[in-house]
Amino acid sequence: MPPVISAEGLYKVFGRRPERGVRELRSGRSREDLRAQGLTAAVIDASFSVDPGEIFVVMGLSGSGKSTLIRMVNGLLPATDGEIRIGEEVLSRMSPAQVRDVRRRRISMVFQNFALLPHRTVGENAAYGLEISGMNRSDREKKAKEALGMVGLKGWDGYRPSALSGGMKQRVGLARALAAGTDVMLMDEAFSALDPLIRRDMQDQLVDLQQRLDKTILFITHDLNEAMRLGDRIAMMRDGRIEQIGSSEEILNEPANDYVAKFIQDVDRTRVLVAGAVMEQPRETLGIGQGPRTAHKLLRETQNSWLVVLERDRTPAGVIWQDDVAEAVRLGQDEMPWSDVHDMAVVSHDTPVAELFGKSAQHDAPLVVVDDEGRFAGVIPRVTLLTALGVIGEAESSSPAVDPPPGPVGPSTPGDAAQDAPTADDRRGGDAR
Amino acid sequence: MNPDDALMPRLPIGEWIDAGIDWLKANVSWLFDLFSTVMDFLIGGLTDLLLLAPALVMVVVFALIAFVFRSWKLSLATLIGFAIVISMEQWETMMQTMALVLVATGFAVVIAVPLGILAAVSSTVSAIVKPVMDFMQTMPAFVYLIPAVTFFSIGVVPGVFSTIIFALPPGVRMTELGIRQVDAETVEAGEAFGATRGQILRGIQLPLAVPTIMAGVNQVIMLSLSMAVVAGMVGADGLGKEVVQAISTQNLPLGVEAGLAVVVLAVFLDRLTAAIGNPSGYPTSLIALIRKSLSRRGTDHAAAA
Repeated sequence: MPPVISAEGLYKVFGRRPERGVRELRSGRSREDLRAQGLTAAVIDASFSVDPGEIFVVMGLSGSGKSTLIRMVNGLLPATDGEIRIGEEVLSRMSPAQVRDVRRRRISMVFQNFALLPHRTVGENAAYGLEISGMNRSDREKKAKEALGMVGLKGWDGYRPSALSGGMKQRVGLARALAAGTDVMLMDEAFSALDPLIRRDMQDQLVDLQQRLDKTILFITHDLNEAMRLGDRIAMMRDGRIEQIGSSEEILNEPANDYVAKFIQDVDRTRVLVAGAVMEQPRETLGIGQGPRTAHKLLRETQNSWLVVLERDRTPAGVIWQDDVAEAVRLGQDEMPWSDVHDMAVVSHDTPVAELFGKSAQHDAPLVVVDDEGRFAGVIPRVTLLTALGVIGEAESSSPAVDPPPGPVGPSTPGDAAQDAPTADDRRGGDAR
Repeated sequence: MNPDDALMPRLPIGEWIDAGIDWLKANVSWLFDLFSTVMDFLIGGLTDLLLLAPALVMVVVFALIAFVFRSWKLSLATLIGFAIVISMEQWETMMQTMALVLVATGFAVVIAVPLGILAAVSSTVSAIVKPVMDFMQTMPAFVYLIPAVTFFSIGVVPGVFSTIIFALPPGVRMTELGIRQVDAETVEAGEAFGATRGQILRGIQLPLAVPTIMAGVNQVIMLSLSMAVVAGMVGADGLGKEVVQAISTQNLPLGVEAGLAVVVLAVFLDRLTAAIGNPSGYPTSLIALIRKSLSRRGTDHAAAA
């Protein structure tokens, strides 16, 4: 699919006769040279494209030009040079009326400090974009109510924004953008003014809404962790230039230059790394139809104290333990000797590592990782998790080596097989039949 | 003789202005006549209206207005203050002054607000309007009376004319300021959703500028009142005339009584318009009380449902 937004060689220079600044930048002058002449180069030769349904994050510190960049996308600031395309159309070739039309129908925006209208109710605020585009009152009120419902503000439409907390105000800002019904949303540091807990909440909600409504989102932030959580792709910006564009893993593992590498030092990798990246394959698993005797044999072979039991559709059924199996064999039982002490902890493969520690501490059994369909994908014994953390720690001094998953781990775990373990599908027939 | 006279030629600026005024009087006297007729009619009519009912009834009406927009405290103060004015036998003159102030304010606001909006929207207009306003405000107010008398002869009309000119600047300034200080991000939000300049002005800038504009209107009223007193010098009926008479006859009792009436009127108008400009600041006004009880009933209703 063609990109929704594409920018090609964008420049924005503030000051008198800014075109002069663009020429000088092209001929190799620096930003500082321009500043001496009273020109401010906010955005320098920026090119990027945003695909439909993508969350594209522009990340940079204050003064890096990211706010200027986002304002050029909907024409709030005209580009000094370069081209912005919204779909097929070139923004700079449009008349003011056409630009307004693009803003009404294609691109809405959420602001850092909410920018709600204090003299209107929450409902009227949410309906603002529709009012501007000329929708009649009853229709727009209905749409505004829907949008408010989506962001969890059902029933608040009669209140004034002043009655709401910061997080709720930004939900109204979000509802206003959603109600406008545009396919693109620009979010300018939308969650930066919120306190951390609310911010997390809003991030989750945004991802959820994005998946449900299939919006294309251009998100600006100065918070790298936020960028990593939200962004399908991230553009790292510094001093007006885009230094690197890539997925969060690409940026973490292959920083394009020293600046990006230095920047990502402080990233909490446990939030970026997911369970699927640190899990390992156990040597053997047990089919649900197999009895304690097979289990006993497998346990002896693998020298493990536990064994994961799978249903016929390869969803995990539970974990059985050495002592219980031995006891069952001694008593000659045929049923699976489920433990009544340990239960199984199942996590999805895309759970951030940071969220695994609590679960791991509560359960003696390894964490069982499942894929999107709920099928068994691998295990994370406690030691593996700790080793992964150690590797993350090392990675902070020498940046590579987060992915592939950590190699050999302690002798009491089945970790040795991690690298060359056959995939789950290959082993389907081989479950000690 | 001043030794500089040889170096600096005498510029007869005053005579030029005088010639200009003469020209205006000769050529556009129909405009002055029209202004005269309208003002005479408005001020005369409003004065008659204010004096139609017995003074005590009007006092109660004003006290009620004070309660509606501000508080029972202002209402009580109005009751006492206006009663004192009646006993000082300055009621009629105070109503004449009030009529002059209200009419002058009305005209000043009608001119000032659109001019302020223009100045806020266009930097060019702002650059022109600003020095003109400075000039109007710093020129000694008495000076306006001279051409005013030339145009309109003596009476209430030259008074209201110079009052309008003198009271105009804060209205223009505060309107411009109020619009310009509306949060840039809020205006940007309007733009980002595709609003036209007109839609942004009507839907965002003006409503958000209302408190500042009302503060300007309050200033206009205060300046009108001070000028209305000065207008007594050219024969405008009201408290000003009493004060002028007191000065020329060295009549201290009359001067004090008329002056006190001015103070009472000033306090009443100032507090009242401040409250009208910022309703949310006065939770004990009758309007606020009614609104509160209505919304409480509304939430009760919602809770029941």
